[in-house]
Formats: sequence, C-alpha cells, structure tokens
Amino acid sequence: MLSIKNLRVSINNKEILKGVNLEVRPGEVHAIMGPNGTGKSTLASVISGREIFTVDEGEILYKGKNLLDMPVEDRASEGIFLGFQYPVEIPGVSITNFMRTAVNEQRKYHGLDPMPANEFLAKMEEKKKMLEIHAKLANRSVNEGFSGGEKKKNEIFQMAMLEPSLAILDETDSGLDIDALKIVASGVNKLRRPDNAFVVITHYQRLLEYIVPDIVHVLFDGRIVRSGGKELAIELEEKGYEWIKAELV
Amino acid sequence: MDKDPNNILEEVTQGEYKYGFYTDIEMDQAPRGLSEDTIRFISAKKNEPEWLLQFRLDAYRKWLGMTEPSWAHLHHPPIDYQDIIYYAAPKKKKELESLDEVDPELIATFNKLGISLEEQKRLSGVAVDAVIDSVSVKTTFSETLEKQGIIFCSFSEAVQKVPDLVKQYLGSVVPSDDNYFAALNSAVFSDGSFCYIPKGVRCPIELSTYFRINAANTGQFERTLIIGDENSYVSYMEGCTAPMRDENQLHAAIVEIIALKEAEVKYSTVQNWYPGNKKGEGGIYNFVTKRGICKGNNSKISWTQVETGSAITWKYPSVVLMGDNSVGEFYSVAVTNNYQQADTGSKMIHLGKNTRSTIVSKGISAGYSSNSYRGLVKMTKRAENSRNFSQCDSLLLGDKCGAHTFPYIKTENRTSIVEHEATTSKISDDQLFYCNQRGISTESAIGLIVNGYAREVLKQLPMEFAVEAQKLLSISLEGSVG
Repeated sequence: MLSIKNLRVSINNKEILKGVNLEVRPGEVHAIMGPNGTGKSTLASVISGREIFTVDEGEILYKGKNLLDMPVEDRASEGIFLGFQYPVEIPGVSITNFMRTAVNEQRKYHGLDPMPANEFLAKMEEKKKMLEIHAKLANRSVNEGFSGGEKKKNEIFQMAMLEPSLAILDETDSGLDIDALKIVASGVNKLRRPDNAFVVITHYQRLLEYIVPDIVHVLFDGRIVRSGGKELAIELEEKGYEWIKAELV
Repeated sequence: MDKDPNNILEEVTQGEYKYGFYTDIEMDQAPRGLSEDTIRFISAKKNEPEWLLQFRLDAYRKWLGMTEPSWAHLHHPPIDYQDIIYYAAPKKKKELESLDEVDPELIATFNKLGISLEEQKRLSGVAVDAVIDSVSVKTTFSETLEKQGIIFCSFSEAVQKVPDLVKQYLGSVVPSDDNYFAALNSAVFSDGSFCYIPKGVRCPIELSTYFRINAANTGQFERTLIIGDENSYVSYMEGCTAPMRDENQLHAAIVEIIALKEAEVKYSTVQNWYPGNKKGEGGIYNFVTKRGICKGNNSKISWTQVETGSAITWKYPSVVLMGDNSVGEFYSVAVTNNYQQADTGSKMIHLGKNTRSTIVSKGISAGYSSNSYRGLVKMTKRAENSRNFSQCDSLLLGDKCGAHTFPYIKTENRTSIVEHEATTSKISDDQLFYCNQRGISTESAIGLIVNGYAREVLKQLPMEFAVEAQKLLSISLEGSVG
C-alpha cells in the first residue's frame, strides 16, 4: 500500500531524513518510535504533503501512484489521513460544516455527488456513538477552545468520518490522560479493517499497550535503525533509547 | 487547472457587458449635466408636487456651496458631475430568447450562488415565460400587506399616494445638506423604495421576497424611506447577491429609517456591485448615506450589511438613539479584493438615557485592496447610563492589502460605558494545510475559514439571504491566495 524508498528530506538545507525505507501493507499497524527530534513528525508531514520540506532523493509510492507529484488534498482524497500532533483552531467553522465540506470534496474528487444531508447526519451520529463522543462537540468550532484530549478525540472522529485507507497518527498520545488515551485507542481499534493500515508515531510505549502494532520501527537520526515485532517496543521501554544509541556507535 | 482562478470573477463580472445595455429612446433622458433645469426636468417627469421640487432645488443650491469630502481613506480620480445623465427612463436590457444565449460564465456564477433558474432568466434579461407569473405573485404579496395597512411601494408611487407621510419624514433623518453626496442625492434622486408599517403591526413577511421579485431599476441616486410606527416591526432586505452591474459609475444613495415608540426596524443589505477588474479599472463608486433614528422610547434599529462589491465604498450606516432605552446595532462584513477600496463603519449617537448600541465589523482584505473601518460613538450629556460595545476585526489574505481602523469615541457624561475591541489576523498556512489534509482544496478552505470568521455577522441575516451571502463571500475571494 505504502512504499517508501531511500527517502531523503531536508528543511533549510538541514538534512532530517537520511534515507528512510518503509513498506506498509493493508491490514497492518506500524509503530514508529524514537527519541525527540529524529524525524518522526517530518516523515508524517512529507507523506501527507507539507510543502515546507524539500525531498532531495527517494520515492513514495502509494497504491502504485507517485505520491510526491500529488497536491495535499488529492493525497487526502486518495485515502491518506494525518492525525495531527497539534490540531489548529478554525474559529466559527463548526465540526459538522467542516466534515461535510471534507466528505463532499473527497467525493467530488472521485466523481461522486455530494452526500445527501440526511445520510451525512446519520453517519455523524453513528461515528459519534462508536467513539463515545459527546453530542455537543459537533456544533462547536473546529478545535476552538478544546482541551488537549478533545482535540485528539476530534482527530479520531474525523478519521472515522473520512474512512481513510492509510491513517498516520502523529503523537496522538501526547498530552492525553489515561482515560482519553483509552478512548482514542479503542476508536482506532474499532476502525481497523483488513483493507486499511495505520502508522502510529509515538514517543512512548504506553499507547502500544492499547493499539497493538504488527511491526515496530525505531527511527534514529533520520534513519530506521531497527524493525521488529511488538516485543521491540517493550524492550525499548525497558532499556531506553540509550541502548539503541550505544549499539549504533 | 485549465483556468486561472484569478480571472474567473473578472470575466464573470464583465460578461454581461458583451450583451450591452442600451437606451432605446433618447427623448426620455435629461440632457447631460446638472443645473436647475435638470432638476425641474426630473421633477416634472415624475409629476411631483411643488414642495418636492423646492426640496430638490434647495438641496441643489446647498450642494453648489459644498465640496467633496476628502477625509476618507480612499483615492479616485476627480468625478465630473457635469458629465452625468441625471435622468433616464428605466433602461431596458436586450431581451434574450433563452438562457443558452447568456454568457456561460455568468450562468456558472448564478449556479454557485444557488439562484433559481427562473431568477437567473430575470437577472440576465431573458424573457420569463408564464411558468412563474411574477405579476400574480406580486399581487398576492400586495394584498397580504394592504390588509394590514402596510404601505410598500416605489418612492415615486409614494409621493403620489401618500404625499403627507413623505413630506413629514423626507430629510428628517438625513438633512439635505448633511454631506456632499446627500445633498446631491436630495437634488436629483431617481427612485427607490418607501415603506410604512402602521401602529402595532408586525410585518408578516421579509420585505425582500417581494423586493427581489420586483427589483426595479432604481437608478444611481436611490432614495429609500422606511417608517416604523409605534410598536411595529419590519425586516427589510435591500439588494441582491447576484452580480449587479450598471454603467453608471457614481452611485449616491440615501436610506432614512424612522422608528417610533417601541418600533423595531431590521435592515439587511447584501451588496455586490461591479468592483472593477483585476487591475482596478472600472467599477462602481458607491457613496451612500444610511441613517436611522430611534425616535421613540424603547425602539430599535439594526443594520446588517455584507459588502463585496463596488470599486469604492463610502458608507456609514448610523443610528441616532433619541428615545430612552432605545437600541442601535450595526453588523458588517466588508470584503475587498484586487484594487477595491472600502471606507465603511458606523455612527452611534446616544441622546436618550439607558440607550445601548453594538457595533460588530469584520473586514476581509485580499489582493491589493484597502479596507478601513471608521466609526463614531458619541455619548451626549443627557445619555446617562448608556452603553456601547464595538468590535472591529480585520482579516488579511496575502501581504499586499491593507486594513485600517479609525474609531472615534466622544463621551460627555460620566455614567456611560464605551468598549472597543480590535483584532487583526491572517489565514495561517497551518489552517490551510489542515483543511487540505482533509481533502479540502485551498479555495474551498478559504471560503470556509472566511465564512467562519464572518459567522457572527452572517447569522444576523435572514436565513435565505445568509446562505447566498456565504457563497458570495467565497466567490468574491476566488483566486486571492495561492
């Protein structure tokens, strides 16, 4: 589904990703771990198409298409979803209105008519129920005045509405208390299907107790230095990142 | 993309010119230029009573002694007032056989605005067939209104039908020598609307519905007079969200509103006149004087405006709060793009005790445009315990446009409270990326963000108007970023 080959990325002439390789197949959950500042969020941004980064080398294929040629909104319509680490506020725009616009723009991309209003509202209700989201959330402006937990829940809600085939969750666990973490994780688990995939970026092993990954990667100094099963996450937690550093030297 | 989005609005707004406006009979037109003869000609054409002719002549003589104001943050070449035709019979557009003959870009804009097929035909000058009989619709509305004693007609009609009412209130809120453009309008006004709601009557319909069906060619010097008698209510809507074009470059209108004891008048405008092309050529100069007076105790006047058109907008809808406990409101969204210039705002003059006023102004500037808020809040000595709250926000798109705020506050007593808040913001790259990542194109994202920003004002508009206004905001800003 997603195939990244020898990806080198820089910002302001500073190289951040130094040759990343990654294969994600349908039905898989990948976890990308690593200390702060090793390029985890950069990787998420580049896959989703943020323009502030320069791709110096390598390729990203998604369902066989060259992702690097596609504008951000087309990548989204092709099924790539990014759960933001710091979701922005859009004052005055209700979540309902925001989601309706997003759903219909994605449908337009696929040559479909806008979703009828009653169908859309029914879908909203269904997803809210599934994720145990308070009914009032939908009438509030996007992220405006939300607590950290509400923002992250809102990201998961949007993911549920847009039904992406590849969801990248960038530090979704940061700033969450244990209850919020459980709700977010259970939302992700409910959305897992054989035909979609998740890339979960996290600093701590804690989230992975609730979202069990198939493959764990350790990103260090712009490269994936180790990949393994879920045991790798536990080992990392026990030994700390210093262990990886020491091994590399 | 097969088309530069920057050009779409330009092409659409110029589209209709291809089919042209023309005046078929030269005789029904005043000679070019302004003189006492021109005014006598206009007055005679309209079969006006002597007092009205004198009102016009008096205004003209005052106008001669006045000079064009220069304090606004606006720049335009000098206007040659002798090069204007001050009276012409309603102009007929060339009648087209079907919508197929209309510029497809214009149709595209209509569709984006969600304007019905029948109305598209009417607006673009296609002969409307008998499917919708606008005459009978008009009759139905008129009957409903007449039953309640509501008078709603063209200004010229009112002069014939209810001369005493017109005489009593004309110029009572905006004196003919109020300002340069008001004096000009008072001398040469063409036509407009008149509305009277009798004591204790709540007007059952939004007067817009009616107005849109009958959107008359009111010309460039429009005059509107609205009177809410004691304990009455009316919601009045002016204008149209469809692209309005006119070959008259100068527009100088006057709107006067009188609210007597316990009356409430709500006035909403959506204005979308030709703003000129992308280079700033052409476009309407709109110099408008709009003022209401809360004459009786516990009365209320509310202005809501959405401004996207005109090359130049000079407009300060105001309320004189004369009655005790009276309320004045002003809600405004002004969008400027390309080389448009807007100097707009409100005046709240507190005369009565315990009077309250609210000003919410949202300016949105894009392109090379200039958008200024100018407002005055005055608490006179008698206006004890009065309050004003003003909020002036500016949203900038791009880095070539300008936003300015000129608030004036005068307080002559110690018990009144005046609050003023102002913010300036930009649409951030983070917001655009967030929207893009959800599959929303940059253009739609801007529409969404701008509408969210203006929501506080848009929600003041009557429902059907609000939906169109939202679409209009997006269209006006097409191609302004990216």
